[in-house]
Amino acid sequence: MQSQRSQISHQSQRSQKFQTSQSSQQSQSSQFLEGSRAIAETIKLIKPAVISAYPITPQTHIVEDLAKFKADGELSCEYIQAESEFAAASIVLGASATGVRVYTATSSQGLLLMAEVIFNIAGMRLPVVLTCANRAVSAPINIWNDSQDVMTIRDAGWLLFFAENNQEAVDLHLLAYKIAEQINLPVMVNVDGFVLTHTWEPVEIPEKDQVNKFLPKYNPPSGTYLDPANPKTFGAFATPAYYMEIRQELQDDLIASKKIIKNEFQNFKKTFGRSHDLVEYYGPKNAKTVLVAMGSVVGTMKEAIEEINFQFPISNFQKKVGILKITCFRPFPNEEILKFLKPARYVAVLDKSISLGAEGVLASEIKAACFGKTKAKIQSFIIGLGGRDVTKEMVGKIVKIVQGKDEKMRFVGK
Amino acid sequence: MIEIRIHGRGGQGVVTAAELIATAAFYDGKFAQASPFFGVERRGAPIEAYARIDDKEIRLRQHIYKPDFIIVQDATLLGSVDVLAGAKKETKVIVNTEKDLSKLLPKIKKGQLYSLPATQIAIKAIGKPLINTALVGAFAAVSGLIKISSIEKAIKERFPTKLVQKNIEAMNLAYKSVYH
Repeated sequence: MQSQRSQISHQSQRSQKFQTSQSSQQSQSSQFLEGSRAIAETIKLIKPAVISAYPITPQTHIVEDLAKFKADGELSCEYIQAESEFAAASIVLGASATGVRVYTATSSQGLLLMAEVIFNIAGMRLPVVLTCANRAVSAPINIWNDSQDVMTIRDAGWLLFFAENNQEAVDLHLLAYKIAEQINLPVMVNVDGFVLTHTWEPVEIPEKDQVNKFLPKYNPPSGTYLDPANPKTFGAFATPAYYMEIRQELQDDLIASKKIIKNEFQNFKKTFGRSHDLVEYYGPKNAKTVLVAMGSVVGTMKEAIEEINFQFPISNFQKKVGILKITCFRPFPNEEILKFLKPARYVAVLDKSISLGAEGVLASEIKAACFGKTKAKIQSFIIGLGGRDVTKEMVGKIVKIVQGKDEKMRFVGK
Repeated sequence: MIEIRIHGRGGQGVVTAAELIATAAFYDGKFAQASPFFGVERRGAPIEAYARIDDKEIRLRQHIYKPDFIIVQDATLLGSVDVLAGAKKETKVIVNTEKDLSKLLPKIKKGQLYSLPATQIAIKAIGKPLINTALVGAFAAVSGLIKISSIEKAIKERFPTKLVQKNIEAMNLAYKSVYH
């Protein structure tokens, strides 16, 4: 583990030779950072009052960097090293209930150990923000990337965001706090372990003033948090006469939060100039084949479909392939997904996790969202489990399979 | 896009070497990406790290299967790891060794095979066999893709003050001593 991971600013002018959909010019203020470092720098700007984490595997450089910022006096907060992830989650739960901004990060088995508290945080309506560096779950023991960890808590009542690259990881953390504190619901930002957390790439870390403008100090109104002068109970006993309505209210608020998320994406664009949405479509309009996925694999998929689409003339959209990226998995953006999938005939859903005994989780949900509303064939593909590399060739293979007759779920590992 | 694959063992600074190359390319005004692939996280285990350099944003995140450059930090890997996997006709290979490589790697044409005694260079410049900055210098010489001034800047940002000058010296010595 390196203790001297650097923060590097960039000033030089960049080549404008390439004019594709890919950006060919870096922003003047971009830096070359490891993903975990970029997230830690962002959390430093967000200034949580309490950070708690368990520092041993599975953990990332994020909390290591934050501990160093605190030790070096660059970050003023309570930094509590917990004895387990269960404790770390409980500490941020308690701190959040006192009305302050909190942060924690975990991964894999760590998230599973937090699970009970994760449900409590949402049930108590606490605006906790957590980074999940997505990694596989035991057994067998595996430290590498997939999304099985977050899928185990998808029903907990958290908003779940997925980052494609480290710039999105930075941006989604700013958005997470802004949204969480408005609607009193927790947000988990999912960042692919190793593939993003350990990868160095250019990232723009926003200016302090911009962050302060976008995300003002967290000042919840009196009476909404634990205060000896104004007593309140969180997560109290609810008998059958009350429990169901309280859960329904949580569901209603999660669904209603879509509007607020969209609104904050707009505000974010105004302040920082970068666009985000619940879902993002990439590729030719009305493509007959659409691949659906979340997280960092979308980058490789974009490169793969560029090569596939290049083979066909512009007029031949029958053969062309598009990508629908899901940035916001909870609340699930049904209508937005349907809008982009309606013209498609073949839909391949790529999951880096599996609901064992069923199929890919995202695939099931896409099928449900499309039920009775499209005629597309929707097929589940399981990829990248336990760090298996996902290549352009595999994406090409998936395109071929989904355009065929077979509808069975497939594992694509080669 | 230029793809560089570095082979070494845990503890040899393989990942740092990839990061230094990518950081230097970034300072040169290019787009870059560096990522590690850990087999098992322990000292001595074979490790790969990847660096990509391009004129446009890099979105591809797969491992590097057809490298333009292969750097081998530890020649003892040649017997156990297929370091040449996916090598193209024009792929250049840089190996840390004092031995004659043409026998060890007969598949690679002579003009594309480079070697340097990085371990001796590191011991001379740093006092310890910390070879990664030497290999970054060798890569700069062989590829012509990154500026020396940018590597120096990357080293300054990366290493503790007392090690900066020594690593820059190792890098510069290697830059001059890499040969066919």
